[in-house]
Amino acid sequence: MSQPGIFAALNEIIRRDLLLVLRRRSDVLTTVLFFIMVASLFPLGVGPEPAVLRTIAPGVLWVAALLSCLLSLGRLFTADYVDGVLEQMLLIPQPLSVLVIGKVAAHWLISGLPVVLLSPLLGLQFGLSGEALGVLTLSLLLGTPTLSFIGAIGAALTLGVRGSSVLIALLVLPLFIPVLIFGAGAVTSSASGIGAGAHLSLLGAGLLLALALAPWATATSLRIALE
Amino acid sequence: MALAQINWFKYSSPQAFYPLAGRMIPWFATIAALLIGVGLYIGFFVAPTDFQQGQSYRIIFVHVPAAWMSMFLYVVMAIWAGLGLGLNARPSFMMAQAIAPTGALFTFLALFTGAMWGKPTWGAWWVWDARLTSELILLFLYAGVMLLRTSIDDPRRADRASAVFALVGVVNVPIIYFSVRWWNTLHQGASVSMTAAPKMAATMLTAMLVMTLGFWMYSIAVTLARMRCVILERERRSSWGMHHSHREAVEVH
Repeated sequence: MSQPGIFAALNEIIRRDLLLVLRRRSDVLTTVLFFIMVASLFPLGVGPEPAVLRTIAPGVLWVAALLSCLLSLGRLFTADYVDGVLEQMLLIPQPLSVLVIGKVAAHWLISGLPVVLLSPLLGLQFGLSGEALGVLTLSLLLGTPTLSFIGAIGAALTLGVRGSSVLIALLVLPLFIPVLIFGAGAVTSSASGIGAGAHLSLLGAGLLLALALAPWATATSLRIALE
Repeated sequence: MALAQINWFKYSSPQAFYPLAGRMIPWFATIAALLIGVGLYIGFFVAPTDFQQGQSYRIIFVHVPAAWMSMFLYVVMAIWAGLGLGLNARPSFMMAQAIAPTGALFTFLALFTGAMWGKPTWGAWWVWDARLTSELILLFLYAGVMLLRTSIDDPRRADRASAVFALVGVVNVPIIYFSVRWWNTLHQGASVSMTAAPKMAATMLTAMLVMTLGFWMYSIAVTLARMRCVILERERRSSWGMHHSHREAVEVH
């Protein structure tokens, strides 16, 4: 019997995870609603002054995106771990990091992409200019996959550990900080006329680094959790 | 003969390492006390007063060595963690476990002395400058390593999981180091570098280096002491460990 290739396996895992989510759509909605709500709380707390809101918008939207990614990380491996599917998945003939990349890609499509697509709308509410809105969307497009990759390491390390939902935040949030700095920095520097090129390049570099290292670290952590 | 015949792995068994560590601790502790004493003396009585900052700059003789040690110890911890994962060696994990609290202590010390220095110099206890922030992140990483270990009950999994996290976090240490160049900040640029001639008086540099060596020796002494505790805790069910635990208890009382 011929084995499916790496890309076929990747495709299969992404399709399976997306199908599971389609059967339970509320998961996507919770993440998106959470993102909108967190972002809407800030004007209520800070005050409706347009100049202030425009200044804090990049940071607020990025922190909201970061928190909504964190919120959905718990689901990345837990369901498969609880019903034992994950243990079977470790036996697939393809490298385990392929499985991880597939799961992370599905996670990003479910929780990251909606945030990216919604961000111009929320940026508009904060009074960002057209160019800044474009940079915000682009920075989130480059940055949120990195968040999913880094988050997967935390999710795998805390699999089945008591108090894992709080622990994962403590582990993963410090590692998110560089992405937050460059992501929000891209929008701020484009708004102040310096141009976002440098920050966006660093975000891209971060994504490539995460793509190269995180699946391997996640795979190792999964093996540790399941041995 | 010599090299080939020495059994390099003799002390990789906890049982053989335990008495060796016990014999080494007094030496390292004494050297540490001497070096820190000399370093503080040079720093506080010999080094000249800074013409801009006055006496308040003298905190750097604690601040800079503590900051260096905080980063250095994280790398050392990550190396032991990596060795543990690569060679599947239990004592390496114990070493990583024993280093973490000392590293966290130095990180806290660097932040604390930095705040004490920042108030008279910058007029603020805390500024959101890249190096300060990265040092704070380093403290979070130490906390993460230690918390992950304590929340996993199975010691084998706790060892390996926190080792993976330590290795992932080590990406942060170069970010701290290069942050001065990456972000334009309030913090003064590095005054000591490997390639250029240092921009400070020779006595100040001597004091700082002596203090760093002292902190280094202190870290070794404390790590070895903590290592002994970790060994006893894990080997308490073996007859060997039970014997030693009793003896320690008797010595304490």
